[in-house]
Order: sequence, then structure tokens, then C-alpha cells
Amino acid sequence: MIRDITLGQYYPGSSWIHKLDPRVKILATLLYIVALFVIHKFSGFIVAFVALEAVIIISKVPRKFIWRGLKPVLLIIAFTLLINMFMIKGEVLWQMGFLHITREGLRTAAFMGIRLVLLIIGSSMLTLTTRPIGLTDGIEALLSPFKKLGLPAHELAMMMTIALRFIPTLLEETDKIIKAQQARGADFESGNILRRAKALVPILVPLFISAFRIAQDLAMAMEARCYGGSVKRTRMNEMKMGSRDLVAALLFMVFLALIILQRVFMG
Amino acid sequence: MEFIKADKLTFEYKKTNDAGQEISTEAIKGVSFSIEKGSFVAIIGQNGSGKSTLAKNMNALLIPTTGKMYVDGIDTSDLTRLWDVRQRVAMVFQNPDNQIVSAIVEDDVAFGPENIGVDPAEIRQRVDAALSGVEMSDYRKKAPHLLSGGQKQKIAIAGAVAMEPECIVFDEPTAMLDPAGRQEVLNVIRKLNARGITAILITHFMEEAAQADQILVMDNGEIKMEGSPKEIFRRADELKAFCLDVPAPVALASALREKGIELPEDILTTEVLVEELIK
Amino acid sequence: MIEVKNLTHIYSEDLPHQQKALEDVSFTAGDGEFVGIIGHTGSGKSTLLQHLNGLLKPKTGTIIVDGLDITDKKTSMIEVRKKVGLVFQYPEYQLFEETVAKDVAFGPKNLGLSQEEIDERVRQSITAVGLDYDAIKNMSPFELSGGQKRRVAIAGVIAMNPDVLILDEPTAGLNPKAHQDILNLVTGIHGQGNRTVILVSHNMNDIARICDRVLVMDKGRLAMNGTPKEVFAREEELKSMGLALPDAAEITSRLRKAGMNINEICLTIEEAAEEIAKVRK
Repeated sequence: MIRDITLGQYYPGSSWIHKLDPRVKILATLLYIVALFVIHKFSGFIVAFVALEAVIIISKVPRKFIWRGLKPVLLIIAFTLLINMFMIKGEVLWQMGFLHITREGLRTAAFMGIRLVLLIIGSSMLTLTTRPIGLTDGIEALLSPFKKLGLPAHELAMMMTIALRFIPTLLEETDKIIKAQQARGADFESGNILRRAKALVPILVPLFISAFRIAQDLAMAMEARCYGGSVKRTRMNEMKMGSRDLVAALLFMVFLALIILQRVFMG
Repeated sequence: MEFIKADKLTFEYKKTNDAGQEISTEAIKGVSFSIEKGSFVAIIGQNGSGKSTLAKNMNALLIPTTGKMYVDGIDTSDLTRLWDVRQRVAMVFQNPDNQIVSAIVEDDVAFGPENIGVDPAEIRQRVDAALSGVEMSDYRKKAPHLLSGGQKQKIAIAGAVAMEPECIVFDEPTAMLDPAGRQEVLNVIRKLNARGITAILITHFMEEAAQADQILVMDNGEIKMEGSPKEIFRRADELKAFCLDVPAPVALASALREKGIELPEDILTTEVLVEELIK
Repeated sequence: MIEVKNLTHIYSEDLPHQQKALEDVSFTAGDGEFVGIIGHTGSGKSTLLQHLNGLLKPKTGTIIVDGLDITDKKTSMIEVRKKVGLVFQYPEYQLFEETVAKDVAFGPKNLGLSQEEIDERVRQSITAVGLDYDAIKNMSPFELSGGQKRRVAIAGVIAMNPDVLILDEPTAGLNPKAHQDILNLVTGIHGQGNRTVILVSHNMNDIARICDRVLVMDKGRLAMNGTPKEVFAREEELKSMGLALPDAAEITSRLRKAGMNINEICLTIEEAAEEIAKVRK
């Protein structure tokens, strides 16, 4: 069911990972993603895999939960794999008509697959272990140096908070609208692409209207709660770096060092 | 002491039509009333009678087109005092989903105090107190979309309470809830009122209005009736003309009177009716 | 005629949070019958409704509408939708067309009817929900008032001319007069022809007053099935399920407990007044 999607959701907990400063986690995640693209040997993925595994174990987030977050993007992963498998030229292993699989294609496909899975699980560990407010506060803090250049750091962060809050609400709404139109005999599953695209209109129009209504209501509610007041905003949970964050940063440095060493000496 | 005072207040919604002309519709037509500090006032009226518009004029979400609205003596059209008005009068809306900003309950409750620059340690205290006040402390780390409608509405109320307002306007907070949720929300409203918060409740449910100290009946942008529940619900025929009703015990008492059974005029609740009948 | 036999449904099967949403539910509703369904939020009511018009498939059990097994995988969904119409809660949120007439035509069109038949049904059903067809047909549904929108949405389902019409809380969020108007509309539609109407509501007064029979759902099971008088006589059980009595039944029950000699279960204020007057004279 559409409501089972967990991508971008927070899994409440009080693990060591949960307690880390969001800024540390955001930076680490960004660097981790860069590292995944630096890796060009399977041995490098083993390092990344072990590191990710360690994070998952320490965070105590159930694997089923992580797995469910991966499910919606499986299709994209499968698509990437197929494209790579069939499109890359090289030593032909198998051929049928114009379709062929090459050794290079297979290798690249496996590479991309592992990279994507590690990337998605890795970045979902950030959202799973960081409360949304922490995430947006972290982003706001990291972006604030750019405020002087006119970047609306706070507004961006607020937009993210609201997006995270309303993803489940809009999914539920979509579910309801789909069912209501199905009850009126709408068919979303047969016909060619054009017909299917047209069949989406009865879902999209009510969904947009719904989204606008939510936006209007929410803007009103936020205004009523003094959002945008002239005084300086404060935060209930202020971000503070502690010894825990230092340890995490050091461990992460070790991970990066391993990746770089692997690239330099095994490349 | 009067806390909210409307003086010949009118409000017009302005809209531009396809031809580019401005059309205005008068949603409120010159109403004057006052609400005492600490009281519990219900506003009833059919859909489109202007109740919601009136409510939004009480905390400067809307500013009167002509006439005045005063909150604690502050003229709401004085934009320099906007935040003073909104800190004094908080608001809870109809749709429980569309007023919760954050994906974690306690972060949402903290939103208001954060906006007005309250010290972090004090925000923590206010959030804890507000959540325990609505009996939702156990849910403070939960995601709002996993809660029931009634629970969400209690979170919205906690968010209002954490601003430490003197008055809360409830704009049909029970309209989208099931009977259990409605009961819970109403209990919370009464509890807050007992603690001295002025409560203004807009509702379609007559039995909810019957629990207020004072009722305002709105129709077509005007206040048509004003009085205690006993005074208002005695006038069933007039209410009917405004598409409203009376609570069941009131209806039964009047049916019995028609059958020749003598009952006092001011029966409002089941308890009193039963008591009178078994005398 | 709708026959439900041993219906069981499980959400999120094989996941740790799996839960039985329906457990061995069986009942029948005859032609022309007006059936009410009550139950606490989460009792399985809406899961049941979604089975009744094929939106959900049961784990086990069957639903047969006029001889058609709608739980059979081979049954075409269009046939199911011709037989069973479902009006969801806040149905006005599913309107999407440019004009009222086009929106109401959406359902009949999906059934593959001829243009003439569609036009005729659109006109009839808009009139049936108490709106002026000529005045409203070319208006955008989004220009209408809340109450009118809801009527248009109901017309959209009626236009499919189902044998069984199901309505989930059609009066939610309305003021007393509008609430009564929608109820009158529903009883009016029931009065014409020989349709089975199923009404889900939290409002016990409405259920008691207009239904021939009441189904009570509790924790996924069908806990009671009887006439309003039979069901509302079981006060203790209902209250243990978090359900209330109709106002008239509640007041007379309290009088009975206080020693007044009222035997009858009263469903409406008029009945209660009658009974109390008998005792007091």
C-alpha cells in the first residue's frame, strides 16, 4: 500500500547515532556519497558496506524498516542495471538479436547497483536517525554562511520541515482519491500510455486542490502561531557539538582515509 | 472585565472576477459584542453565516474592513501590535492535519514559543506542561500522522496553550472528529477554561454549545441572538429559522410540555431532565 | 440483495504489525432494505465498505451481489461498480471536471454507456439530489457551496445507478439543517425503486430513526445484527464498545434506572415523549 512508503521518514530512537549533532551527520552523509563515487573497485565497496553496517547496528533501526524505504526505488535501480547491462560495449558474453551482454556491461551494472543501494540506504540512515527539525536546523546552520549572498537559508529549511511533515498526509490523501475514483469506475491499469496518462487527471486535479487547501490552512495556522514575527526565533533543542560528535567525526575520518588509501594503492 | 470587544465590525472579502472587476462580499455586517475575560462563549450558525470570518478577526488574521475589534484593549488594526494580539489570542482550526507544522509532536508544540523568541529552557517547560495538560505526554516523540483525529486536535490545542495565551478561539475543532474524539477535545476545552483561559468555541453541535456560559447565534453576517444557553435554546422556533436545532433534552422537554407535563422552562441537560421527571 | 459470507481481511500480512481488520463477517442485506453500520473508529467499518465494492479483496470469504460473486478474481470490476455504488466521506474532494454535468458523467462514462443514456442519467441524478439541472450543469463544481458540492458528488455515484448504494458518513461537518437535508435526500433515494442502501454513521439518532436494520462492528467482527430496537436494547454491550445510545434511548434508559416504568426502547424524541407521557398520566 502507498502508505507503507518510509522514504525520508524518521525512526524515533535514542541510539548513539540518533544523538549525534545533525550537522555532523549531514556533512558525513554528503562526504559518504562523494566517497561512493570515488570508489572504483569492489574492495572499496566492502569498506563502505562495513561502515554502513556498523551505523545500522548502532542505530538500532530495524532492517525491515530500512528495506521498506528501499522498495519504492527498486524499479529505478532495476532500470539502471538493465540499461548498463545492455548498452555498454565490450567483450560479448551473450547475444540474441540486437541484444547483447558484455563483461564490461555486467561489471558496470553490478557496480552501479551496489553504489545505488549503498547510497540510498546511507542517505536514508540520515533521515531515519535525525528528527526532521534537527535535519532542517542542521541544513539551515550549514547554509547560513551563504545567507550573506542572499540565500534564504531559513526559508529553505522551513520548506523542508513542512515537506517532511506532509509527505505522509499527501500519500494518504492520494490513496483516498484513487479509491474514490476507482469506486466511480475509473481504470488506471489498462490502455496505452496516452490513455493511462489521461486517466491520471481525476487523481491529479483533486490532489492539487487538496495540496492548495492544505497550504492555505497551514499558512493561516502558522501565522496564528506568530510565525514571521519580528523577534528573533529561538529553538527548543539547540544544537551543541559534544565529545560524541568529535568521536564520530574521527571515526568518519578513518573511513574516508581507508577509501582514499584504497583508491591510491589499489587503483 | 471585557477581553474581546467588537464595535460595528464589518468585513468584506474582495475578489477579482474574470472581467478584472473587484467584487466584494460582505461576510460580517456591522456586529458589536463583547466577551468577558475567563468566560466560555459558543458561536453557532449555519455554514457560511460568518462565524469563521468573525473568529479570524479576533486574532488579527483578518482586519475589519470598517469598525473595530479590540483584544485586551488593543486595536487589532494597529499593525505595530499584531504580535501582541496573536500572543493573547491563540487559535485552533477545524482540520486536525492542516495545522500541525512539524513531523514530531513535541517539536510542533514548540513552534509557537520558538516564533516569539522564548528562551529554550522555558520552551521545554512550556511544551511539557502543555502536553501533559492535554494528556498527550506519552505521544511527545510520535509522528502526528500516526495519531487519531482527536489526538491530533489535542496536539494543536497544546501548541496553542504553549503560547500562554489568555484566550483560545476554537474554529469548529470537533467537526471532523468521531464522537470519542469530540468528547476528548471538549473535555480539554472545559479544563482550559476552568484554568482561566477565555474559550471561544465555534461549533455545529448544539450539545457542545449548551455547555458554554454564553451563546452568540450568527446568521447572514449578523449576530441574531445572544444569551445564556438556557435563554437561547428556549427559542427553538427562531433557531430553526437559522437552520439550527436544540439539544435533545431540550427538544424532549418541550415535546413533554406539549403533552401537558409541567416542566421548568430552563432544562438543558439530560441530568436535569431526568431529575425533574422522577420528582 | 447482497450476501457477505465469512469475510476475513488482514492488513500488512507477514509484516510484524499485521492486524486482522475483518474477522469472519457474515450478513445479508435484502432488496429495498435500509441498513445502518455503526462502530468505533478502527472497528473495521471502512475496511468492510471497501470490500463491498471490490476496492479491497478479502483473504477469505465471498461477497455475492445479485448472484454476482464480486470477490471472484475473474469478475470484471466494471460489473461490480454497476451493482455497488460507494460514496466516500467528504466526497466533494474528488470532484475534478470543468463542469458539474461532466463530473457527474464520469462514472456512467466509465461504465461504457451510450452518450444518450449518460446524458439522461446525469440529468436525472442531479435532479434527484435536489439541484436545478439547467442552472447548475455548466457551472464549475468548484464555484459551488460546500453543501452543493457534496450533492454533486453524491449525484456522481447515483448516476451509475447501482443496486446497492453505500454512503460513508455523508453528513460529516454539516450544520443541523444541511445534515437533515442530506439525510432526507438519502431516504428519498431509498424510497424510489428497490435499492439496498447502506449508511455508515457515528450519529446514533440518524441510524435509529431511518434504518431497518443495524450492523455493529467491533474489533473487526460483526458484533450485532438486528433491528434498531434490538440493537439499542443492548446498552451495556454497546457502551463497552465505546458506542453511545440515541439521545431518546439514553434519556429513557436513565429514567428507567431511576425507577420510571418505561419498558419500550425509544428511538426518537417523539417516541420518548409518548412513552413518558403514558407513565406520567
